[in-house]
Amino acid sequence: MLIAVVISVSAVALLPLGIMSWISYRQYREAFRSELTRPMLRFAEAGKHSLEAYLTERLSGLSLVVRRNDYEQLTDPAYLDSVLVDLKGTFSGIMDLGVIDDDGTQVAYAGPFELEGRNYREQEWFREVATSGSYVSDVFMGYRNLPHIAVAIHADRDAGRWYALRATIGTDLFHWLVPDPAARPPERGSVCSRCHSLAVPAFSDAFIINEAGALQTPSRLYGAPLDTAMLPQLPRADEPRFHSLVDGRGEPVVTAYVEVDRSPFTLVLLSPHDEFHAGWASLRRDLVLLPLISGIIILALIIGGAVYSVRAARKWDRRRAALFHEMEYTNKLAAIGRLGAGVAHEINNPLSIITQKAGLLHDLLSRSEELPPREKLMGLVDSVQKSAERCGEITHRLLGFAKHMDIQRETINLDVLIHEVLSFLEKEASYREIEIEVQQPDDTPSIISDRGQLQQVFLNIINNAFAAVDDGGRIEISIRRAEGDMVAVTITDDGVGIPSEHLPRIFDPFFTTKSGSGTGLGLSITYGIVQKLGGDITVESEEGVGTSFTVTLPIEGVEGRNGNGTRTRAGGR
Amino acid sequence: MEPVRVLVVDDEAELVSALTERLELRGFSARGATSGEAALEALRAGAWDVVLLDVRMPGIGGFELTRRIRQEHPDTAVVLLTGRTSADDEETSRSAGAFAYLIKPIPIGRLEEALNAAAGRESDA
Repeated sequence: MLIAVVISVSAVALLPLGIMSWISYRQYREAFRSELTRPMLRFAEAGKHSLEAYLTERLSGLSLVVRRNDYEQLTDPAYLDSVLVDLKGTFSGIMDLGVIDDDGTQVAYAGPFELEGRNYREQEWFREVATSGSYVSDVFMGYRNLPHIAVAIHADRDAGRWYALRATIGTDLFHWLVPDPAARPPERGSVCSRCHSLAVPAFSDAFIINEAGALQTPSRLYGAPLDTAMLPQLPRADEPRFHSLVDGRGEPVVTAYVEVDRSPFTLVLLSPHDEFHAGWASLRRDLVLLPLISGIIILALIIGGAVYSVRAARKWDRRRAALFHEMEYTNKLAAIGRLGAGVAHEINNPLSIITQKAGLLHDLLSRSEELPPREKLMGLVDSVQKSAERCGEITHRLLGFAKHMDIQRETINLDVLIHEVLSFLEKEASYREIEIEVQQPDDTPSIISDRGQLQQVFLNIINNAFAAVDDGGRIEISIRRAEGDMVAVTITDDGVGIPSEHLPRIFDPFFTTKSGSGTGLGLSITYGIVQKLGGDITVESEEGVGTSFTVTLPIEGVEGRNGNGTRTRAGGR
Repeated sequence: MEPVRVLVVDDEAELVSALTERLELRGFSARGATSGEAALEALRAGAWDVVLLDVRMPGIGGFELTRRIRQEHPDTAVVLLTGRTSADDEETSRSAGAFAYLIKPIPIGRLEEALNAAAGRESDA
């Protein structure tokens, strides 16, 4: 029963806790995730737009140049120089300018290098300009061995020919990727101010890679430009994407990355998994630990509470049963006490008479030499004897008070009666785990007797059996036909047993082996009732083994009163 | 000296006859009655020094009888006989006006003393 209580209460208490914890855990995780991923994605988005704007601006600048000028003008070195100066003044970052004809030959150049005469026909960028009209290059090591990119556009010439206008751009366009705002180069232009407002999220590494995975900008974790970023191939991402993966060194990382349109660049914002999750890890630990500890404490309290309650309930029930028994004894004692007081009171009178009559006899005899008349003496002695008899009757009444009750007669099924008696003790039986077995063969007859007095008899015997056995003991009750038109009920227990020297006196009034408790009247009263009902009671016992009481009762009962109060003789004569 | 006149009242006739006879042998003038009503009649009919009264009697109980005797015959002392002791009963008997409260069975010697004392007190007053 304890287990059932614990399980059901635990389920009721812990299930909601568990469900709520699970729900809140998931919500926190989601919140945390988006809390962490959002800035990264925003950064990627903003970075992408920034870069695209920058590149578009410069390409537009070049477009304007080829619109406003023709091939002849641009191939004039001095003119190209001035155009470069103009461009430099408008767009930061442009380093040089070159005109390449449709052959691939650089026919004009303005800038710090000597690139005239170079041929680019075999180069990929040339082919791309020829087909798609514009080109943005990867980062390469350029002027002063600093990273640069090149942009180029296609321009038409007369007679169906074309040329390309190419510019090299210093990668100050990537300067806002430097995490520490203070270390960044100062703002330049409107685009710059926007990208300066981008803050690289803490603990993140921000860099750009090309289609082959080579770094275009310095990476805190993976190296310098043109080193290979040790990352696996990333899936296409036209929009910023968040991705968890394992880098080339085997470290788990999280990234937000996005491709920059019309360029070979992919902007990557990256963070080691542990750092990224650090905040989450500690929160998660709390989210799990707290319900877990609470759950354990609750469970402990439930178990403790249940054990305590069940024990207390058992204790109280045992007490109640004990109180019932006490009450029964106390009632009997009180009845006996009242009887005793009544008896004592009543006895006083005949006793006084004896005292005075004997006293008178003494007075008469001592006063004179002559004896008083014979009749006088006889009268006094008779009186004394009569009073003494009266005293005897009164004391007998004390012992035989049960015999004063009239015997009722009714048909009784002993199996049913025994079970009625057992029902009064069933709680004690179950708590003390006392096994009780009642056996009655089917052909055992009912008997005619007094129900109430039989209940008293068996209650007394079974009570004694309970007192004699240990917890977990066994009581067997068998009901069967016996010789001479009788039915025998045997109650056997495996309790302490009765010492053989006590057995002969067990039914004596006031005989008790329980020191201090009990009146010793129980069995003597039981004996008296059984006798009165026309039956017999015997006992067998062995110390340490058990005790067996057998009550034999006549099937036909004895003279008494029927249910309707009329007197009747024993039947069947 | 005049013998002390004692009226013995108890519902046990045997006891009354034994007591009166023993008291007579000891110099008392003793008569008996077996009920409260008979006692009151006897008291009206004659003069008595002491009434020896059993507390537990059918009809008029001992205490009530004591009160009435003391009211109607203030010259007559009342000695109560009872089968049990009780502080309450002692108190009640005192307030009812009894001279003494004795437990039976009582040795004849003590009874004599009590009766003499009860009568003596009256004659002193």
